[in-house]
Amino acid sequence: MIKSLFYSIAFHTLMIVLTILSLPFMLREPINLPPIVSVELIQISDKTNIPYAPKARKIIEETKKKEEKRVVSEQAPPAAKAKEKPDRIPLPNDKKEEKKIVKKKQNPEEIKPQIRQSSEFEKKELINTNEIAALIDKAKEVQATEQNKNNRITQSNKKNSFATGLTLSQEDALRAQIFGCWSVPLGLPYDQNLLVRIKLQLKKDGTILKSEILDHERMNRPGQKFYKVLAESALRAVRLCQPLKVPPTGYDKWKDLQLNFNPTEMLKG
Amino acid sequence: MKRIVFILFIYLFASNWSYALIQVDITRGNLDPLPIAVSPLHVDIKSENFKELKVKNLGDQISKIIENNFKNTGLFNPLKKEAFVQKPDIAHLKPRFEDWRLIKAQALVTGKLLIKDEKLKVEFRLWDLTAAKEMTALAFTTTPSNWRRVAHIISDKIYERLTGEEGYFDTRIIYVAESGPKNQRVKKLAIMDQDGFNTKYLTLGNELVLTPRFNPTNQMVTYMSYFRNLPRVYLLDIETGTQEIVGNFPGMTFAPRFSPDGKKIIMSFAKDGNSDIYTMDLETRIVERITEHSSIDTSPSFSPDGKFIAFNSDRSGLQQIYVMRSDGSNVKRITFGKGIYGTPVWSPRGDLIAFTKMHKGRFYIGVMRVDGKGERLLTENYYQEAPSWSPNGRVLVFYRETKAGDKGRGFSAKLWSIDITGYNERKLATKTDASDPSWSSLLSK
Repeated sequence: MIKSLFYSIAFHTLMIVLTILSLPFMLREPINLPPIVSVELIQISDKTNIPYAPKARKIIEETKKKEEKRVVSEQAPPAAKAKEKPDRIPLPNDKKEEKKIVKKKQNPEEIKPQIRQSSEFEKKELINTNEIAALIDKAKEVQATEQNKNNRITQSNKKNSFATGLTLSQEDALRAQIFGCWSVPLGLPYDQNLLVRIKLQLKKDGTILKSEILDHERMNRPGQKFYKVLAESALRAVRLCQPLKVPPTGYDKWKDLQLNFNPTEMLKG
Repeated sequence: MKRIVFILFIYLFASNWSYALIQVDITRGNLDPLPIAVSPLHVDIKSENFKELKVKNLGDQISKIIENNFKNTGLFNPLKKEAFVQKPDIAHLKPRFEDWRLIKAQALVTGKLLIKDEKLKVEFRLWDLTAAKEMTALAFTTTPSNWRRVAHIISDKIYERLTGEEGYFDTRIIYVAESGPKNQRVKKLAIMDQDGFNTKYLTLGNELVLTPRFNPTNQMVTYMSYFRNLPRVYLLDIETGTQEIVGNFPGMTFAPRFSPDGKKIIMSFAKDGNSDIYTMDLETRIVERITEHSSIDTSPSFSPDGKFIAFNSDRSGLQQIYVMRSDGSNVKRITFGKGIYGTPVWSPRGDLIAFTKMHKGRFYIGVMRVDGKGERLLTENYYQEAPSWSPNGRVLVFYRETKAGDKGRGFSAKLWSIDITGYNERKLATKTDASDPSWSSLLSK
């Protein structure tokens, strides 16, 4: 009896000890696993986004060359894009290889199966996210062309119609024409705000119907004598240049035109 | 889902595109000289001759002076009178803008003059031919002998109206007129209009004179002259011709210059064999020491606000340019380029310092920002130095010497001017050889 009682106590104690000892192990595993998985997920998504962007951009450029106008792609939107997507299928495959290499570099071998699962799971979604990424890239492209326009790196003949309604080459031609007509007053104080905005209303042949200096009240302010000189020189340039070199079509787009004259950089030398 | 996103994007861009006002940025223009037509001033038939002045030609002569001033700036292209489409007798009325535009003129100057009761009355108008409107119109009355100054004042007004900065035509240049062989030069103090006319000699040439500098009020000049083989600083009143010695300093004195308010003179002189910079109050004659260093500190020049002084010093080994506060504190070296730097002169605008640089046996005139950055060498030659600013800070005048051959033959010293852009280098017409020029501020200010 005492023996059996002793065995019972011993076994129960053993069970309790084992339970106590085993519980931390039970806890450790779920704590360890999720972070590893989540970290990997983040890394994969990072890697996938970077290589997709330039390639997607290339495809967009290619499709753009095929398309005559953007308006066409607007009117036949998602279906047309969906048809193009088979062309892009090889791209994710390429990237899969890249992904694996990355994983090997950064993580121990034990976690491979989990990563594979997650990456395979992602693969299905990637097709969708890539499309969105491609669209985002397209948006970035538009921004980039706008920036290019601002930076005057304007040698391409790509359409810039989203921003201005003039192609970059048309805009360049207009700008070059006005450069030639504008005799910049060299004595202006370049540490002051030298932006003169002139709003024009044009006729179809590029001659000026109406011109207006947008900040004309500044011309009569004390201490802004230089601004009057600058604004007059800009207005003189526009009048000398007319008829302005405007596109033969799309009159509604450019009949109202704003020219922003700012010689600051030129005067700083 | 993807369709919605796509349509949303298209909608957003399409809406921007269809309503945006086209804007084009123009950040550059041309630097071609502005075509300007200066019509001879119409002479009123009621005009009377004045002494030796032939009133008949006066309108033509004034227009020629204006044209010459504009041509020398490099910023204007005065058109030939043969191409003019309207005669002066009607041009003082409203011009026929379209006719003037035919000869590619962008601005037109017209005017008339009348001499009556020993008074010269000149009116002028500046027309914007592209806008077909009057830009400015002014009238002056003065004694007829002042007719050249009137032409310069008109030039200044037109220049200011078209460029946005003050002109520099109604100004004078003081310089050292030189004559004789190189080893026996006779040096006289001379003054002339900026276009080389009306030269007057202020000293007789029996004493050696150096470094004349204008007072900001133009009536006084400070210069150095050797008296009993010792250089002394003098003050000369141009209007009255009186001169006086500014203190009796020990040892050598160098390069005196006025402070912007004209109340002090800044200079360097050697005491116990070491040159430092000093100022002297012209009223109280109190001398204040500004630098105290074992090196040679010379050529001080005030900033236009009077808060800083630029000078050259060899404290780093080679002669370089330094800037300090006007009390002598916070000394900073601003030139670090190869070669020797000297004669710093602060621009009247306050944004640049002009200097002379010597490198590998060649002399350069250059400008840099007041922190020493953005150094631009404008001209290079065998020997040239002493830049002086035009009152609007656009042009520098300096002197250039040619290499002398055997027995001093072939040697000459002439005044030259150059634009701060490095263009439009011109030799100034002086009756004799000339050195050490100093440009006055506007006389009519």
